[in-house]
Amino acid sequence: MSETSPNLQYIQEKLGEKVLETLVSQGDEIVILDRRGMRESFRFLKEDVKLAFDFLSDITAVDYWKKKEPRFEVVYQLLSLHGRRRLRVRIPVPENDPTVESLTPLWRGANFMEREVWDLFGIRFTDHPDLRRVLLYDEFQGHPLRKDYPVNLWQPRVPERKVEGTFVDERSRNKLLLLKQILGNKAQS
Amino acid sequence: MKVESKELPVEIMELQMGPSHPATHGTIKFNLKLEGEKVLDCDVEVGYLHRGFDKSCEQVTWTQVIPYTDRLNYASPLINNVGYALAVEKLIGVETPPRCQFIRVIASELSRIYDHLTCCGMSASELGAITVGFYMIEAREMIARIVEALTGARLTVTYARIGGVKHDLTPDFAEQIARTFKTIRKLLNDCDHLLSRNRIFIDRMSNVGVISQETALSYSLTGPILRATGVNYDVRKAFPYLVYDQLDFEVPLGSKGDNYDRFVCRIQEIEQSMRIVEQALEKLPVGPVWIDDPRFVLPEKEKVYNSIEGLMHHFKIIMEGIHVPPGETYFAVEGGNGELGFYIVSDGGGKPYRIRVRPPCFIAMGAFHEMIKGYMVADIVPTFGMVNMIGGECDR
Repeated sequence: MSETSPNLQYIQEKLGEKVLETLVSQGDEIVILDRRGMRESFRFLKEDVKLAFDFLSDITAVDYWKKKEPRFEVVYQLLSLHGRRRLRVRIPVPENDPTVESLTPLWRGANFMEREVWDLFGIRFTDHPDLRRVLLYDEFQGHPLRKDYPVNLWQPRVPERKVEGTFVDERSRNKLLLLKQILGNKAQS
Repeated sequence: MKVESKELPVEIMELQMGPSHPATHGTIKFNLKLEGEKVLDCDVEVGYLHRGFDKSCEQVTWTQVIPYTDRLNYASPLINNVGYALAVEKLIGVETPPRCQFIRVIASELSRIYDHLTCCGMSASELGAITVGFYMIEAREMIARIVEALTGARLTVTYARIGGVKHDLTPDFAEQIARTFKTIRKLLNDCDHLLSRNRIFIDRMSNVGVISQETALSYSLTGPILRATGVNYDVRKAFPYLVYDQLDFEVPLGSKGDNYDRFVCRIQEIEQSMRIVEQALEKLPVGPVWIDDPRFVLPEKEKVYNSIEGLMHHFKIIMEGIHVPPGETYFAVEGGNGELGFYIVSDGGGKPYRIRVRPPCFIAMGAFHEMIKGYMVADIVPTFGMVNMIGGECDR
């Protein structure tokens, strides 16, 4: 399980202390990185000529509530298009300060994936240009993929949002006024 | 004579397109910033079909997840089934018998044809080529008939199992395929005649929704959108799974990265998929379609009804679920729209600890504003059509 490979040795050599652990499981190469200075580590993985992990396949997170310390792990799937290699990078994130650095300066596609992780896990990405919820609505309370979020929890009702100033709204309000006027006249006569 | 022209004041208009718009087949909302009809910015709102796929999967056994994967990309449910089963098998460390692998390849390719026909047909009919839409729907219907004969359902197929497939091919499968492919080739040929020199179609598709190679890579796009920019990345070739390395097929590439290239890529992929199915049927070996391992495979019904051991075996697998060793893995297959990856974490119990799907359309929707910026509002329709966003997969 915890044997190593030439690529992992090379990463360990170059990144030094930032690498917490390297492992190989089911033929996948995994690096566990420190979250401090992680953007620089990713920049190295992306731009190093030998590694060239230039394609960010996926970002997700796993919540190891009461199973592992630190609680969260943000998981990145990297891919080298020319080398035909995959690498998985895991970054442990503690519960009391769930923040990691955003990778949007390196890959613009990280934007949506990081928004999803924020939405469902409540892990913040610093320097993210637009960290809003993406799958759920803004008024949603809590982060549903955390293990302490009960599966059958109900959310409070959200009052109807006011959409002011839009064309449709103005027109319907005018219609309503017109209708009131007509009906009012009729009622009087 | 001097003509005095006055600049008209331009007001930037914000327009909300969707969530239920007749031209966007899928529940999605575009918050547009328009200058006249030119799109200045587009903010995509997804999530209208979010039903908590990940959370639901954590509540059920490993086998019970398979029906949920049907509902991801409902245009190609067989690929989702197969991808999920392969990911779990990778974590367990087993390999299915060769016949099962060939059947899975055939099933995946049928689904891919179905997916591409849906995407191309719908996009064409949205651009006015409604004949093409009908022809492709007819071809799609024939695939649906085969899928129905094979699995018993048209959409919610639940065909792959962990360690095998539900059952073997039908006796007249090869015959049915040969007949169907003959008609599909004829229909596609007709569609080609209708579209390839059709001025309206080409004007609407060519040089619209262009995305450069660097931008596509930076946005992690995969599938026909990436291949239309000329990047040769197909999971079936890059990381061959099942028996794709034994089959001869090509990866169609585009050059400009516009909608027309995407369309052509998809149409050519249909032909390649048909070739794969024909080759796989030719090479189809004889043998079992299940692995020989009682830990994952249900006993035969005869044993269940007639012996206590068989009944207990059945009960254990159904009630507790199969036991997947603790660990994590990522496995990607080539879905209809791109790399469909499953990241699976197991804690050793009968239920998954975490299942994450890498949805190709969700990631493509993250790059949609790059494709549409600077084009007209009407160009949203073909561009969105060629992204082929499937709500079930995008919003999970």
